[in-house]
Amino acid sequence: MRMMTFAKRCTKEILRDPLNLAFGLGFPLVLLFLLSAIQANVPVSLFEINKLTPGITIFGLSFMTLFSATLVAKDRESALLQRLYTTPLTGLDFIMGYMLPILPIALGQTIICYLAALPLGLTFSVNIIYAVIGIIPMAVFNIALGLLCGSLLGVKQVGGICGALLTNLSAWLSGVWFDLNLVGGFFEKIANALPFLHAVEMEKALFNGDFEIAASHILPVLAYGVVTSMIAVFCFLRQMKKQ
Amino acid sequence: MQEIKTTELVKRYKDITAVDKLNLDIGQGELFSLLGVNGAGKTTTIKMLTCLTKPTAGDAFVGGKSITKEPKLVKEMIGVSPQETAVAPNLSVKENLELICGIHGFSKEKTKERIEKLSAQFSLDEVLKRKAGKLSGGWQRRVSIAMALISEPQILFLDEPTLGLDVIARHELWDVIRTLKGKITIILTTHYMEEAEALSDRIGIMRSGSLLAVGTVEELNRKAGTDDFETAFVSIVKEGAL
Repeated sequence: MRMMTFAKRCTKEILRDPLNLAFGLGFPLVLLFLLSAIQANVPVSLFEINKLTPGITIFGLSFMTLFSATLVAKDRESALLQRLYTTPLTGLDFIMGYMLPILPIALGQTIICYLAALPLGLTFSVNIIYAVIGIIPMAVFNIALGLLCGSLLGVKQVGGICGALLTNLSAWLSGVWFDLNLVGGFFEKIANALPFLHAVEMEKALFNGDFEIAASHILPVLAYGVVTSMIAVFCFLRQMKKQ
Repeated sequence: MQEIKTTELVKRYKDITAVDKLNLDIGQGELFSLLGVNGAGKTTTIKMLTCLTKPTAGDAFVGGKSITKEPKLVKEMIGVSPQETAVAPNLSVKENLELICGIHGFSKEKTKERIEKLSAQFSLDEVLKRKAGKLSGGWQRRVSIAMALISEPQILFLDEPTLGLDVIARHELWDVIRTLKGKITIILTTHYMEEAEALSDRIGIMRSGSLLAVGTVEELNRKAGTDDFETAFVSIVKEGAL
C-alpha cells in the first residue's frame, strides 16, 4: 500500500514532465521515421525497418535511465526525500516505488515504437509480443542504472551522464546504426562486453522468432541487470543512511 | 508530562562536533524553539530527533520512544517540515496531501476528511488543484506544514519554517503556527529572534553544538539583564551561558 502510493506519485512526476515525453517517446519515433525516410531514398540496405525497429526500442530504453536518475536526483536535491525518510516508508518501499512505475512506461514506449513501425512496412507477427516482453531485462538494467546514478549524482550531472553519455554509448555500442563487425577490433570487443549489443541482438532474434539466438544473448543482459540492481540498491540505501 | 527528552545527545562528523552532550526536556503541547546562529547545531538536533541521522552517543526519547532503538515507532508519531521546500513539484497540492495520507496508510474516507480539515485550517482551497511546484515560496511552506500535519502527528518539527519568506508571508505563517499551539507539541528551529519571541513558550539557545540557556523570553531577558530579547540573545551567545 505504502509502496504503491509512492510508486503512483513517481509515475505522475515522470509523465507530467513534458521533456520526458518529448525525449522518451518523441525521440525514438523521430529516429524511426527519419531513418526509414533515408532508407527509402538510398539503393542499399542500411536501415531496414525489421532490423531497425527492435534496435530503436532498445535505444529508447536508455531514456528510462534518464527518467529514474533525474527523478531520484531531483527528490534528493528538493529535500522531498528527507521529508519522506521521516515517514514509515522503508528502503524497499523507496526502491520499488522508484523502479516499478518506469517498467510500464518502458513497455508502453516499446509498443508505440512497434505500432508506429507497422505503417512503415514492419512485418506483423505474433513475435512482436515476445519482442515487447523481451525488453524487460534490459529495461530493468536501465532503470537500475538510473537509480544508481540518481543516488550518486546531482541533477545537472545526471543530465550530462545519463542524458548525453549513456544515450551515445547505447547508440554506438549497440549495433543499431551500423554493423559492428565492420568496425571490429577493440571497439567490437567493448561492445561485446557491454549489454547494449546483446540486448539489440536478443530483441532482433525475438522479433524474428529465433529463440535459440535470443537465449544466447539473454545471459549478459540479465547479469548486467542483476548486478546493476544490487549496486543501485546498495548505493541508494547508503545515501539514505547518510541523510 | 515530557514529550521529548534527550540525554547526553552527541553527533560528531569526523573532527566536528555538531551537537555536544545535549540534555533537553520538552513538555507535551509546548512550542519550543531552538535558536542559534548558523552552525549552532539546531538542524542536526532536529535530524536526530526525527531519526534522519543516528546520534554518535547518547539517546533521545520522542513520545517515550527511543530514537536509537525504536525509530519506526517514533516516525509514526511525528510530522516534519524540512528547512528546504519539500513538496512533489509536479503533483497538485491535493495530490501532495494524498501522498502523505497514503504513506501513513489512511483509508479513502479518512484521507478525504483530513484534506478537507487541513484545507480549511490552512486556507488551501484556492490552491488545492494547482501544481505545488508553481506556487510562491510562502504557499509552498504552508503546503509543506500541512503535509507534516496531515498524518495527525503528536509532535511537529518545523525546521526554519519562514526562511527566505517576505515579511507578509512570514506573518501569515506565524498565524498558522499560532493556531496549532497547545494542540500538539511543536519544535521549531529558527535564527530569527522575533520569530522565536513571537511564537515560543520556551526557547533554547544553542552555540557550537551546545545548549547555552533555556527559558521563556522573560527568563532569558532577566538572565541577560535586559528588556530586549535580541540583546539578551547576543549576550548569551557571546558570553556563553552567562
